[in-house]
Amino acid sequence: MAERPELTETGTAGPAGAGAAETGSGPSAERGRAGAGRWLPSGFLAPALVLLGLLVAYPILFTIWRSLFDAGGDTFVGLDNYVAMFTDSQTFTALKNNLIWVLVAPALVTSLGLIFAVLTERVRWATAFRLVVFMPMAISMVAAGVIFTLVYDRAPERGLLNAVVVGVHDVFADPSPFPGARPRDTGPLATRAGAYETRQQARPGQTVTLPLVAITPQRQRELAPARSAQARPGALTGTVWADFTPGAQAKANQIDPTEKGLGGITVEAVSGGRVAATATTAADGTFTFTGLADGAYTVRLPAGNFAQPYNGVNWLGPSLVTPAIIASYVWMWAGFAMVLIGAGLAAIPRDALEAARVDGATEWQVFRRVTMPLLAPVLMVVMVTLVINVLKIFDLIYIIAPGSSQEEANVLALQMYLRSFVGERGDQGLGSAIAVVLLLLVLPAMMFNIRRFRREQG
Amino acid sequence: MRSMRRLPLRGTALVAGLALALTACGGGEDGDSDGATGTSLKGVKLEVAAVWTGGEAENFKKVLAGFTKKTGATVTYTPTGDNVAAYLGSKIQGGGPPDVAMLPQQGVLVEFAKKGWIKPLGDDVKQLMQQNYAQIWQDLGSSDGKLYGVYFKAANKSLMWYRPRAFEDAGITQPPTTWADLVKTAGTLSDSGATPLSVAGGDGWTLTDWFENVYASSAGGEKYNQLAKHEIKWTDPTVKDALRRLAELWKPNYLAGGADGSLQADMPKSVTAVFGPDPKAAMVYEGDFVAGVITGETEAKVGTDAKVFPFPAVGAKPPVVGGGDAAVVLKENKGAQELVKYLASAEAATIWAKLGGFTSPNKAVNPASYPDDIQRQIAKSVIDAGNDFRFDMSDLAPAAFGGTKGSGEWKRLQDFLKNPGDVDAAAAALEADAAKAFKN
Repeated sequence: MAERPELTETGTAGPAGAGAAETGSGPSAERGRAGAGRWLPSGFLAPALVLLGLLVAYPILFTIWRSLFDAGGDTFVGLDNYVAMFTDSQTFTALKNNLIWVLVAPALVTSLGLIFAVLTERVRWATAFRLVVFMPMAISMVAAGVIFTLVYDRAPERGLLNAVVVGVHDVFADPSPFPGARPRDTGPLATRAGAYETRQQARPGQTVTLPLVAITPQRQRELAPARSAQARPGALTGTVWADFTPGAQAKANQIDPTEKGLGGITVEAVSGGRVAATATTAADGTFTFTGLADGAYTVRLPAGNFAQPYNGVNWLGPSLVTPAIIASYVWMWAGFAMVLIGAGLAAIPRDALEAARVDGATEWQVFRRVTMPLLAPVLMVVMVTLVINVLKIFDLIYIIAPGSSQEEANVLALQMYLRSFVGERGDQGLGSAIAVVLLLLVLPAMMFNIRRFRREQG
Repeated sequence: MRSMRRLPLRGTALVAGLALALTACGGGEDGDSDGATGTSLKGVKLEVAAVWTGGEAENFKKVLAGFTKKTGATVTYTPTGDNVAAYLGSKIQGGGPPDVAMLPQQGVLVEFAKKGWIKPLGDDVKQLMQQNYAQIWQDLGSSDGKLYGVYFKAANKSLMWYRPRAFEDAGITQPPTTWADLVKTAGTLSDSGATPLSVAGGDGWTLTDWFENVYASSAGGEKYNQLAKHEIKWTDPTVKDALRRLAELWKPNYLAGGADGSLQADMPKSVTAVFGPDPKAAMVYEGDFVAGVITGETEAKVGTDAKVFPFPAVGAKPPVVGGGDAAVVLKENKGAQELVKYLASAEAATIWAKLGGFTSPNKAVNPASYPDDIQRQIAKSVIDAGNDFRFDMSDLAPAAFGGTKGSGEWKRLQDFLKNPGDVDAAAAALEADAAKAFKN
């Protein structure tokens, strides 16, 4: 927990503090000569120092100290918590995810922000557009998280994104006639690679029965009664039907009076691994293969008849959960990057651009060779700010990742919270160790920022 | 996270609150007749703390009003928020604990007793407990041989909720009573074109409850208690056997939304998947609080559109797994002991039983007090279970193992739901996490 005040303090108060110290040195030297007391500057600094000490330095030191003790806080365990942390697979996943976040999210946000800023610079409705892009920043992380749980919901009837994906998919692929229908485990049909085949081969002149189950009752009510196929000389005939009658009296694999035929199913007669003929069932479930050469055929119902309706993408499943959450982060922060970069763009001296154009540079060259170098400092600030921000990401993951893939989406800040505070026996020793590591990771970015500010001041 | 298990209870009570108008007239007479015999506590002020809010709190206040009527003591009710242990801990350390509190977890009761935060109950309460409760409830309320808590309210988590229409369509007339029957029923439902099960795999705790029911019945009470304390390993053959049983039912094509969909459905979603306007499944497993979700979030009516059968017997006897809220005394005074004694009586439990959304472990409560058949059935299985009632195992385990979203038992069973084929790997993963959390 200790690094949080530190982050915000250094981001804003740091440079201001440095500036104050420098400007303060002049007058204080004069007064020193005048004999007004050398304690005066310290007096002015005191409130800030006390606050910083209490709110920043003390928590950091205490966290480091606490990380050397066990869960109870009484027994000194040395570096055991750090060892435990790096041998724990959960923390390792969290570390790995943090790395992915740091590498991907700031770069993505900055480049999107740059694109938006450059494009909107010349658009008429720039302000309106920027307002819209910036708007997600006005929403709290938690609320954004809740919004995205609705966007990413697995079920297409609830999840916005899957509704779109399924809608697009269904435009290009027709739904199968009987999704989910299957044969019983025992019976004339066997399953092979998703398709259903007769266990015994049949010859022209014979009749086959192809019973299927698992057709919804609602669907069955709409269907026509099944009819036994008549044997015809020289033709292979058969029936595909819904072999289910409620209650125990019905016989399996037999066409009972109330059972329904399955129409519109593609049936194949297979001989020696090759499809010899194809037929489609009538509404009563019957089909006929005519003109087959004499021989033994396996009758097959291809998998396409029974494919489950396309259900969209498992966005919040273990494999996609981190990219999905990063996308929601980009949605939130692209506006922030756009506004900062837009301000930077506005500050670029126009004459430099004009000079390049006069010299015959193309727009792309102007962008690459003039705009980008002039904009580099701003891009750097945005990047580094985002890196710090991303390292302590917590809320989005806590809210969006469902329990079943939280472990796969875990990051250090969340792991620290889970270890320290969840359950009646939270281990704040281990939690503190994670916090210290998190602080160490943030430090380089902060150092970089401070140095840059110094250079600008100088 | 455990608090989530409590949330839906409120709904139950809310609905049951409707029954209040009917029973309110009858309630008064009981108090009057007993009023003469009770000890007079006029002028005594008592504070009671419990997790209940909303309708449940209203109903509990009616129970407390019965005590006031009987003894003249003034009782105020304070809700604790979701984390009772943390609330009481801070109150005790701050020097102002309530006189009586309702503890929802047995582990907390033992912990508080060890710290000396709760007081042993007097002999008259003990006698009343022996008279009205099965031995198991006395044991659950005791620590080191001394009785500290009276279980006033029980939760039954061994219930299968089902849609009668789906059963009719499949021609199933009798709800299954054994596990083999249940597997067969699921098969028949699937053949009929219905998806048999909705599993709230997004909430890891529902999966631990599934496992506990199967395990309590298949391995028996002794093993159950040993596993709860991690005295036997999760790689024990009994555990693997229970997992194998679960795998018979947790087949992707038996689950609404498949394994992936189940893993993102939380408990309310799993219930609406069965009883909502566009039903996706025929059965859903969870505790008595499902009734509240059905009435709160769907148009279905409990008793006609939604029915319930007890979790089938996997071994010799059907399991009854659940929890309970135990009344404990935090301040040594006459009034507090009297109040706990009152809560151990059938009289107190009957008041809430009539209002609904309540299950009493008290044998002396007349089953006729419950407002409908479903609630009577739920209460009956708790009483009938007697000493075979099992406290929710994951609630007895360290939170890191039994109560944390995304890790420990919750996560391992979610992994198992996704990949029910590999029992050995699941057992090994459970054992690794348990060993870490129990530190043994």
